[in-house]
Amino acid sequence: MSKEIIKIENLKRYFKVGDETVKALRGVSFTIHEGEFVTIMGTSGSGKSTLLNTLGCLDTPTSGEYYLDGIAVKGMGKNERARIRNRKIGFIFQNYNLLPKTTALENVELPLLYNSSVSSKERQERAEKCLREVGLGERIYHKSNQMSGGQQQRVAIARALVNNPVIILADEATGNLDTRTSFSILTLFQRLHREGKTIIFVTHNPDIALYSSRNITLRDGRIVSDEYNHDIQSAEEVYRSLPVDIE
Amino acid sequence: MRCFLTMLGVIIGVGAVIAMLAIGQGSKNSIQSTISEMGSNMIMIFPGAERRGGVRQSSDDMQTLKPEDYQAIINQASGIAYSTPTVNTSGQWINGNNNYPSQAQGVNPQYLDISQRSVENGEMFTEADVKTAAKVCVIGKTLADNLFPDGTDPVGKVVRFGSIPLTVIGVLKEKGYNTMGQDQDDLALVPYTTVMKRMLAVDYLQGITVSAQNEDQTEMVISELSDILRTQHNLRDGEADNFNIRSMKELSEMISSTSSMMTVLLAAVAGISLLVGGIGIMNIMIVSVTERTREIGLRMSIGATGRDIMTQFLIEAVIISVTGGILGILLGAAATAVIKFVLHWPVQIDPSSVILSFAVCTIIGVIFGFYPAAKASNLDPIEAIRYE
Repeated sequence: MSKEIIKIENLKRYFKVGDETVKALRGVSFTIHEGEFVTIMGTSGSGKSTLLNTLGCLDTPTSGEYYLDGIAVKGMGKNERARIRNRKIGFIFQNYNLLPKTTALENVELPLLYNSSVSSKERQERAEKCLREVGLGERIYHKSNQMSGGQQQRVAIARALVNNPVIILADEATGNLDTRTSFSILTLFQRLHREGKTIIFVTHNPDIALYSSRNITLRDGRIVSDEYNHDIQSAEEVYRSLPVDIE
Repeated sequence: MRCFLTMLGVIIGVGAVIAMLAIGQGSKNSIQSTISEMGSNMIMIFPGAERRGGVRQSSDDMQTLKPEDYQAIINQASGIAYSTPTVNTSGQWINGNNNYPSQAQGVNPQYLDISQRSVENGEMFTEADVKTAAKVCVIGKTLADNLFPDGTDPVGKVVRFGSIPLTVIGVLKEKGYNTMGQDQDDLALVPYTTVMKRMLAVDYLQGITVSAQNEDQTEMVISELSDILRTQHNLRDGEADNFNIRSMKELSEMISSTSSMMTVLLAAVAGISLLVGGIGIMNIMIVSVTERTREIGLRMSIGATGRDIMTQFLIEAVIISVTGGILGILLGAAATAVIKFVLHWPVQIDPSSVILSFAVCTIIGVIFGFYPAAKASNLDPIEAIRYE
């Protein structure tokens, strides 16, 4: 078996809201290996956002163990977690979260700005390379607010790739896009998967599970199913079959 | 635009500080140059005790300075460059059918060195003229113009002071008006013995003017003079002085301390507007942090530490305030130029005030940027990134 990227054991996360304790995660365990494309599915309130925050080192679990690339995240301080986010994780958000009035290149360079070991020359080279990988080689100097939603999400994907993360965390990455653009983004994810990237894709859309290699479903803070997909569908085929919008 | 409005507070504050300090510094300089023109090392001795408790001095007290005191001073005091007794009187000067009221200043030839004047036409009277109480005079330009309106050379002519005929042997070089607005050319210099014996018929001096060898020695010379005069006047310990010693240095310090106080007051008012400007910066930075919560959340999720965020916002605040400061310095310089050309006030921009304003701006940026920056750095990335 290949390298373990993520290993969580009996992860629990409770929130105190007033006098009540909300149990967002009630003991979740799984292991994700290098090269997997995992979808985490669940309705709202199932705990998937909390799980994503925890996996993304933004939140710390109430109890349980979390190893990212072999490193125990539990017990890390704020600054250590910021550092591990910077070096090991690539985030992609539903609403892209690009800096407005800033070029694609500068947006992609952003994570490397917080890594002092990368020189400014290397920073620009890596950002350009990632933008070419996501198909935006021609638009590196376009401002983020002059781009379409699909293009903006591609910039966000390039930004998630630029620091060579061990894992890419996508939160409803296609949620704001129309069907055709969604499939073009999914095609990109599948290509990254084929190239050996490890991806976790959190969504409430069950269709997306068809295109990933593994699907974990959460309900009320527990795993209800964890299945490998042996018949991965090609998002690219669907994308080609969809009619092109007449603008 | 919003940024500019924020800066406006700092711009006006800094501009005001620069202009106020320029006015203060300029007036101080002009007063000081006038005083040093008069001789900052000048020391004046007057008869009589200082007035205390409203007690008037009797006329006897005013006669305490004698020519013997002057002799004692020039014999005993060290550190003196020049000295002259002074006995002044005023009256009508007459030349034919022209007459003009002016002063007759009774001095000795060293007076020219003390007051830093020179004779332009003719020559100064000599010590020999002083000894013989010669009937000679050296007149100022204003007096010369009034007594000889047709432009004839006054040197060698005989004029009258009251009923006493005096030969004009020289005309003083023009000096113009002093800071207090007095015409320094409206006078005539006469040997002091002539004034004492021929004009006033008195045996006492109205004052003694001394110049120290240099300004630093002024204090030392004053105490020396005081000792000599006390011995001369047989004053016992504890007895009050029956003379007054004043120095130009004292006067200059008094005037410059007044003008420094004015400068401080003006600068304080300007400083308040700087403070208001700083609060404006804080306000806009707080708004900016709220508006950019999502951006802060994003930066944090891709690995920015609280310290990184704090640094970013502090730098932004400092940039705003320093840019405002630079514009303010330009505004202050422009205002100073306007004051100079429109009001003709003596102004001078001190480089230290520019450096000071610059430093103050940076400090204001840091101080007033600190709270918003700290607020930004303490945001929770999970909540910040979902902030709408």
